[in-house]
Amino acid sequence: MLLNDEVKMLKQVPLFAGVSPAKLKLLAFTSERVSYRSGDVLCRQGDAGDAAFVLLSGHADVIVDGPTGQIKVADLEENAIVGEIAILCDVARTATVKAATAVEALRISKENFFKLMSDFPEMTIEVVRVLADRLSQTTVELSEARSRVAELSKR
Amino acid sequence: MLDPNISRYIWTHTKRQQLWVLAVVAASMIPYFLSLNLPKQIVNGPIQGDGFADPAAMQTFMQISFDVPWFGTVSLFDGVQLDRLNTLFALSGVFLLLVIVNGLFKYYINTYKGRLGERLLRRIRFTLVDHILRFPPSTFKRLKGAEISSMVKDEVEPLGGFTGDAFVAPALLGGQAIMALAFIFVQSVPLGLITTALVAVQALIIPRMRRRLLVLGRERQLTARELAGRVSEIVDGINTIHSYDTSNFERADIASRLGRIYKIRFDIYQWKFMVKFINNFLASVTPFLFYSIGGYLALQGQLDIGQLVAVIGAYKDLPGPLKELIDWDQNRQDVQIKYNQVIGQFAVDGLIDPEIQAVSTERADGKLTGPLAAVNLGVTDDTGAVGLDRVNFSLMPGESVAIIGNAGSGADVMAEVMARIVWPTHGQISIGAADLHALPESLSGRSITYAGTDAYFFFGTVRDNLLYGLKHAPITDLVFEGAALTQRQWEKREALWAGNPEFDIHSDWIDFEYQGAADMTALMPSVYAALDAVALTRDMFDLALRSHVNLAEHGDLKAKTVEMRRILRDALTQQDLNGLIEPFEPGTYNTEATVIENLLFGNARTPELMAGAIINNPYFLSLLKQRGLADALFAVGTEIARNAIELFSDLPPDHPFFQQLTFMRADDIPVYSIVLKKLDKSATSVTESDRAMMIRLSFDYIEPRHRFGLLTPELMTRIVDFRTDFHGGLPANLKDAIELYDPEQYMVSGTLLDNMLFGRISQKYRDGVERIYAVAGGVLRDLGIYETLLSIGLDFHIGAGGKRLTSVQRQKLALARALIRRSDFYLFNRPLSALDTRTQEQVLISALKYLRRDGRAPAVAWVISHAKFARLFDRVAVFERGRLVEEGPHAELLQKNGIFKDLISA
Repeated sequence: MLLNDEVKMLKQVPLFAGVSPAKLKLLAFTSERVSYRSGDVLCRQGDAGDAAFVLLSGHADVIVDGPTGQIKVADLEENAIVGEIAILCDVARTATVKAATAVEALRISKENFFKLMSDFPEMTIEVVRVLADRLSQTTVELSEARSRVAELSKR
Repeated sequence: MLDPNISRYIWTHTKRQQLWVLAVVAASMIPYFLSLNLPKQIVNGPIQGDGFADPAAMQTFMQISFDVPWFGTVSLFDGVQLDRLNTLFALSGVFLLLVIVNGLFKYYINTYKGRLGERLLRRIRFTLVDHILRFPPSTFKRLKGAEISSMVKDEVEPLGGFTGDAFVAPALLGGQAIMALAFIFVQSVPLGLITTALVAVQALIIPRMRRRLLVLGRERQLTARELAGRVSEIVDGINTIHSYDTSNFERADIASRLGRIYKIRFDIYQWKFMVKFINNFLASVTPFLFYSIGGYLALQGQLDIGQLVAVIGAYKDLPGPLKELIDWDQNRQDVQIKYNQVIGQFAVDGLIDPEIQAVSTERADGKLTGPLAAVNLGVTDDTGAVGLDRVNFSLMPGESVAIIGNAGSGADVMAEVMARIVWPTHGQISIGAADLHALPESLSGRSITYAGTDAYFFFGTVRDNLLYGLKHAPITDLVFEGAALTQRQWEKREALWAGNPEFDIHSDWIDFEYQGAADMTALMPSVYAALDAVALTRDMFDLALRSHVNLAEHGDLKAKTVEMRRILRDALTQQDLNGLIEPFEPGTYNTEATVIENLLFGNARTPELMAGAIINNPYFLSLLKQRGLADALFAVGTEIARNAIELFSDLPPDHPFFQQLTFMRADDIPVYSIVLKKLDKSATSVTESDRAMMIRLSFDYIEPRHRFGLLTPELMTRIVDFRTDFHGGLPANLKDAIELYDPEQYMVSGTLLDNMLFGRISQKYRDGVERIYAVAGGVLRDLGIYETLLSIGLDFHIGAGGKRLTSVQRQKLALARALIRRSDFYLFNRPLSALDTRTQEQVLISALKYLRRDGRAPAVAWVISHAKFARLFDRVAVFERGRLVEEGPHAELLQKNGIFKDLISA
């Protein structure tokens, strides 16, 4: 897969949808193309987050260490981005990501991502917009969940 | 201690030789005097005709007879009868003979003096270094290494030169001067008086004038020494200078010092030549008086011409010795000053008794039993700060104690005192019943092993430094034969003459038997185990793999390395990692390698074929054009330039992203964009050099990395074809300029790693290098070259003070160096502070385990940097403000609400 194809893939990631193709090309160029075999670990829960991954092909599982063992909490497909929270706010990885099939991914390092954001404010605005969307969605879901909890406890 | 008086010091150590050389000098006076008298005989006799009034007159020559009192004349040789001409030749012949004899005497005396001086110099230098080895530790706080070494090396140097002359010169020169003077007196009393008067003036005035020179000389010495000290400070502190931008402050300081030295030296010159002028003047005034007064006397008939010639001849010999005598005196004072300066620096109170450092091949194990204990111990440094205050502490045999405390708590001082690095001010450290500081170092230095935070490493390899702590005494007596024996005997004799020890540096200094090994080879496994314990093995591998190996030293490594290529690939395939290395195959394009690597398919050995210059190589370029690749690569280069400019033209030139742009620098971008613009206008407007620049750009392209999509299968095939033609038609002058990639051959121009991989690590896999390492370790063991590689790693030269290693590696190496010693007590003083906490804990655990291997049970006291490590020890001792405040097992201290608990929770 070539740089231009990677740019097309990035374009489909909501976080980058609003960013100009030229900037995405730079982002792709400065990122690493990595391959994983099925079962390889992209990142491990508890490790410091130093990069985000965009899946270019293949599937990956998101797994969380639960009290009763590992629980699969999500399934990642092409164009999915994972690990972006950890690089935006210095927290440890909240989950383990494991390749379910052979996976091709773009590894966007934290420094490069921040560098791009600080150099190109329009990109930052896009990212903020997407994050705010997510936040409001989460807030809605949370309040729904709360009201459901309240209803349940009333019974 | 060194005698403060240089002459006495020289006399003490060279008495017999000085007496001998004085005797020789005395003997040399006889031919010397004879040679003075002879010119008179020649001039008055055969030349002027004295006693040859009759042409047939003969004279007796070479009659040797003595007048012995009460006995009469003893005649040894009656002599021969010669006429006037023959007498002239005979006397001249005797003159020549005397010249030769005098010359030989001079030659012998000078050689003898030279040897005397060199021996004494060797003695002084050794004594000084011996003193350094015996200085009490506190002395080193105020010493500058470079100043001390400049004293040992340069400042004592003139002492050697002076030694031979210390007694001989005044005797010889004085003798000559007196002889010459006496001779003049014998010829003519008035001329003798004149000469004496002038000599007296010279001897009084010149030394007085030279006194100022001595003062200047001392200043010169001091300033030069300080300069040496400053230069070494600059070297040691170079990082500080760079990071604080103080290089110009240093320049100013050095310039001002050099200015001062220049001024002093120039003053010396001015004064020196002034003195020389006056001296020469006085010396030349005398002949003027001889010619005028002596001539007058001769005219008056009170002096014959022969006498006048002899006086003038004798006087020619007078200023020489006289001047040299004055020079000698000057030199003596100068050397005395230098000597005083040097020994002043080396006169230190509390020098360690030589007995304490006496060499001993006896083993120390079991000699010191009982605890290493501090009794009422106090340490106060030279500023009066209290390091330890009335501490009672003991380290029992076999136990492990964690010593803990914040900075300034005294924990580290405690370890240093027990290791004998710091001396106690009050109380004492005892080991069993003995006072630690009264024990010979051959006992304490072997029973106790210490490793601190900043260990020192000596210039040499990792191996040299690792084994350094085992070299206590020459163990084996090497057997010498033939020339080597003669050489060794000479070494021993000379060492004895110069008061040096006669230890053989080439002997085995490691007591292998004591280390539990027959020889070096048998010792290495335990050394490797220590490297494992401190997690340094991987570093050693890296060093080995990155080195260019001298294959001749390592037997079958060459064949094994070539073999390993295949085995490593098989092992990777087994683990489903076969894409990790893309091997170099002669008929295939290696996509993970650059275009130029694929074109050349070999390592360039000369600059003309290296990436930067190869485009100018006529053979390469013509073949490139011939194959049509010049155009194809020009197109690739153009596309790369377009892509790079599109990507990077918005970024400021210092942007970190430019590091990703491996083939271009930020300031190249405008240059390339100009060429691209030209190209867009018309394809014919680009020059040859523009084309070369674009082709050059294509060379570094790696498709999987840069992903511009520029390499078609067709182009790759053509590049592979080019490779074959390029190798086939290589002109004679380039035959050795390139080493081809051959899967069956070792590449001498590559590192060990290059040779083992024989390919490029794929960009695709993250941590590819780590995965290969994981697999390679097993492969190396199977092939039996694991230890060879470690050994190559140990041969790595660590540079001055170990600066070619990282601080983490240095600390690990220092710990390993301590671990391989067999001691009863081990003291560790935050030895791993440069490591991260997790690795510290791992290393600490494995180090403790290593010390307890084979059922050994040494005592360990470890000043730990994190309180949580305390649980790994039998007992914990907590220090605060120089006092031992808590002591006991870990669990017990946790129960108490004491300082330990604060430290744990901090």
